[in-house]
Amino acid sequence: MPEAKRIPIRTKVNGKEHVLEVEPRTLLVELLREHLDLTGTHIGCDTSFCGACTVLLNGAPVKSCTLFAFQADQAEIMTVEGLEREGKLHPVQQAFAEHHGLQCGYCTPGMLLSALHLLRQKRNPSEVDVRKAIAGNCCRCTGYQNIFKAIHAAAESMRETASHGD
Amino acid sequence: MYPRPFEYHRASSLAEAIALLAQLGAEAKVIAGGQSLIPLMKLRFASPAHLVDLNFIPKLEYVEQRDGALRLGPLTRHSQIESSETASRIPIVHDCAAGIADVQVRSQGTIAGSLAEADPSGDWAPVLIVLDAQVHCVGAKGERTVPVREFLLDAYTTALSHEELIRDISLKIPGRGSGGAYIASKRCPQVYASASAAVQLNMSGDVCESASIALGAMGLTAIRPTEAEAALTGKPLNETTMKQAADAAMAATEPQPDMRGSAEYKRTLVGALLREAISVAARRARGETVAVSHHYA
Repeated sequence: MPEAKRIPIRTKVNGKEHVLEVEPRTLLVELLREHLDLTGTHIGCDTSFCGACTVLLNGAPVKSCTLFAFQADQAEIMTVEGLEREGKLHPVQQAFAEHHGLQCGYCTPGMLLSALHLLRQKRNPSEVDVRKAIAGNCCRCTGYQNIFKAIHAAAESMRETASHGD
Repeated sequence: MYPRPFEYHRASSLAEAIALLAQLGAEAKVIAGGQSLIPLMKLRFASPAHLVDLNFIPKLEYVEQRDGALRLGPLTRHSQIESSETASRIPIVHDCAAGIADVQVRSQGTIAGSLAEADPSGDWAPVLIVLDAQVHCVGAKGERTVPVREFLLDAYTTALSHEELIRDISLKIPGRGSGGAYIASKRCPQVYASASAAVQLNMSGDVCESASIALGAMGLTAIRPTEAEAALTGKPLNETTMKQAADAAMAATEPQPDMRGSAEYKRTLVGALLREAISVAARRARGETVAVSHHYA
């Protein structure tokens, strides 16, 4: 089958505008990793199960392995690379580091963005809120307890600094 | 994993999408949230030659109350329904929206996409059945309204023709004295339900005036166990009548044994879910605020 006609995509990733032409079957995760060289977003299961590929699309968490790039046309995307500001870790990243919210780190990029989305919605999340927020993110190392601790610690730190998680 | 190549068509209106489907023929599929279609395409269980993208059609995402009815736009994402105050006035609708898969899937997946996929274990079908929802369809031959019970014909099969789309889903808002609940059992959030029960009751004191029950994952479509409804109608709700309803419901099921469990396991599961849903529905009918969660095991 000949290659399908390429389609234009305009998207803002971590604040930077990109205009590209891609094959229609290009997945968002592929756009990020292969076309924009943003390899912080990981492909885990590649079947919409594990959440390692989670990014924020117009502020909402999505699994970038289960989204065509065209679904992100005219949208704003945030990946793990967008968290750090001027060499300083985001409070969510800092909390994961301090509370050992990771071991191998493979799930971490997705976990951080799901956590950030929660903390933008709820400044003082309950234990159930935290568990529901990362229900779509699998971690095969930690047993989750330190991830829960890290998210609660991040919430506290963001409340103290009155940060809205931008 | 990459899907097979396909040609992309962006529709700017439902009429344009319908015209594209007519022009492109059986090799064309529509895409909304894509949360079921994209995995199928990546696994190459589906390889459409053309995709018609509905995501850029304006004014199809809404949750509105109009003339005593709740109206849901076809492209409304599950997460929009989950966070909608209007939808939350019907607790069973919130139970359903908030319990679909995980946050990521809910922020993309759409109500009409889920309904039109007609997976035997899908969450929306049993809930929309007990609420007697109407599916408003539009196609090359004009518009028609199909009650959801007649819309779902078989596993993965609906009343929609190839060139027909859902333009709106509406349901009457239950009145005072009515309460509902939807509870599913899932092996984990990401997968379809192993069993699920939706109940909407009209109560007068302790007496159940009418009951509407639908069960998911218990047959080729969501099923309505009418004998279970009859076991509650006109009776006081107590352990005996609830057990009679659960037994009648279990007898009406034909669950498929699969990796989620044997037929016997699923039948037992749905009986327990139904009893829980009936008791939550009755409490809500009395005006109590009751939070429910699916069971994950």
